[in-house]
Amino acid sequence: MQPIIEFKDVSFTYPNAETPALNHLNLTINAGDWVAIIGHNGSGKSTFAKLINYLLVPNAGSITVDGVPVDEEHMYTVRDLVGMVFQNPDNQFVGATVADDVAFGLENRQVPRDKMVKIVPEALKRVQMDQFADREPARLSGGQKQRVAMASVLAIEPKILILDEATSMLDPKGRREMIQLVRDLKQEMGDALTVLSITHDIDEAASADQVVILNDGEINDVDTPEVIFSNADRLKELGLAVPFAEQLKEKLTARGVKVPDTYQTTEGMVDWIWQLHSKM
Amino acid sequence: MNKLILGRYLPGDSWVHRLDARTKFILSMVFIFVIFMANNVFGYLFAVAFVGLSIYMTGLGIKVFFDGLKPLAMLMFITTLLQLFFMNTGTVLFHWWIFTITTDGVINSVVVFVRFMLIIMFTTILTLTTPPLEVADAMESLMKPLRKIGVPVSELALMVSIALRFVPTLMDEAESIMNAQRARGVAFNEGGLIKRAKSYIPLLIPLFVNAIKRAIELGDAMEARGYRDGEHRTKFRVLQFTKIDGVAFVAFLIFTIGLYATRFI
Repeated sequence: MQPIIEFKDVSFTYPNAETPALNHLNLTINAGDWVAIIGHNGSGKSTFAKLINYLLVPNAGSITVDGVPVDEEHMYTVRDLVGMVFQNPDNQFVGATVADDVAFGLENRQVPRDKMVKIVPEALKRVQMDQFADREPARLSGGQKQRVAMASVLAIEPKILILDEATSMLDPKGRREMIQLVRDLKQEMGDALTVLSITHDIDEAASADQVVILNDGEINDVDTPEVIFSNADRLKELGLAVPFAEQLKEKLTARGVKVPDTYQTTEGMVDWIWQLHSKM
Repeated sequence: MNKLILGRYLPGDSWVHRLDARTKFILSMVFIFVIFMANNVFGYLFAVAFVGLSIYMTGLGIKVFFDGLKPLAMLMFITTLLQLFFMNTGTVLFHWWIFTITTDGVINSVVVFVRFMLIIMFTTILTLTTPPLEVADAMESLMKPLRKIGVPVSELALMVSIALRFVPTLMDEAESIMNAQRARGVAFNEGGLIKRAKSYIPLLIPLFVNAIKRAIELGDAMEARGYRDGEHRTKFRVLQFTKIDGVAFVAFLIFTIGLYATRFI
């Protein structure tokens, strides 16, 4: 596997802050992976994301994206490689209409207009928003605005998609749709797309290939979601949510039922209970 | 807020709606000067006919245009009265204390009133039939020559378009902050002037702070999407002159010549 994002001994402290937001961080993310970054509020997750495309500049250490060093000189090259969807659907909507917003990134890259006219509807179609091209943001729901933000990112064909808590301000339905959209994209593009999702949402993190736990600016653990989520005690200790299936297992154990040791999804638990029931 | 017709856009599919925003913008501006050419009854009748025809072409109905006059009615009324009472030339019709009504005064007040009405009505055609965004585009396009003297036209246009895009968002936010403060016992629009002004502080400060936060996040999002200064960008949205713009310009030219001709009747 080829590394696409490399953090080497990166530290970052916000001006006027006493403790560093990130402390000597080393991390390599491979091309084509879907990596979820979890951690409690203030653990440095968003800082981590903003360092990748030079929205923030590290105090120490070096970052490379797809072999390109992240510095002032290569800023625009890196931003061509990285697409970012932010948390608040309202505050990242630049265009006056949906189509204008999708075109914004293309305008910045000096794409000629006749090409833009083709790319914009295609990008909107991929997120099923093509019927809303002329709508104004005020008339869209939060989930729809985030889908437009996604289309804006897809229009520039990035190699890396960063979701910086992109689902945190959505209702459960909008959240599920967003995650499904990312899954479909990943399926369609395969290793051509690396997804980095920064999240509090268990479903989103469980969809990932790898989960990174950040705690107070340091990496606590890197592992598969199965391993990370089966350790309910540690999750609680770090102030993170525990998946429903793990909560259920815990309650069943307390009542003396012997449950499987390995991590189970909700569907997995349903199957297991079903089998247990038929054995009795 | 809903009564304010200035800057309100009513969608439609008339010929006027389909005109290029620049055409409407230029013609509205030029009209303000052209109308002063009229100097007799025929001129004004001709102008009224032209404006009436233009309004008819928008397919919106005359009522919305009269609604547009309402906020300015007081201003029109006062100017008309001033003309009526303080114009002291011509034959005296009526005299009482410091007020004198003369024939010239009557004629002038009518002229001012009609001019006012025609200018307001004709310029509201632009705002009623053009989405605000296109008005902003038209202004950018027409300001382009100013770039040569160092005016950052594209940046100004981007600012205008972002401002327009955030108007409904901020209105919603203002309303929810207002309701939240009401729920905590803040009484808006009560008491004397000072008390009233003070009651708006719990609305304004959160609104400003949030606007700054929004600006920071928007700036981040714009940078993440590769924004550079205006000169290094292409444009998705373009204005295009079509045949009907030509027709509109020719019609306006005929009107101008016709209006000039009425001076010699």
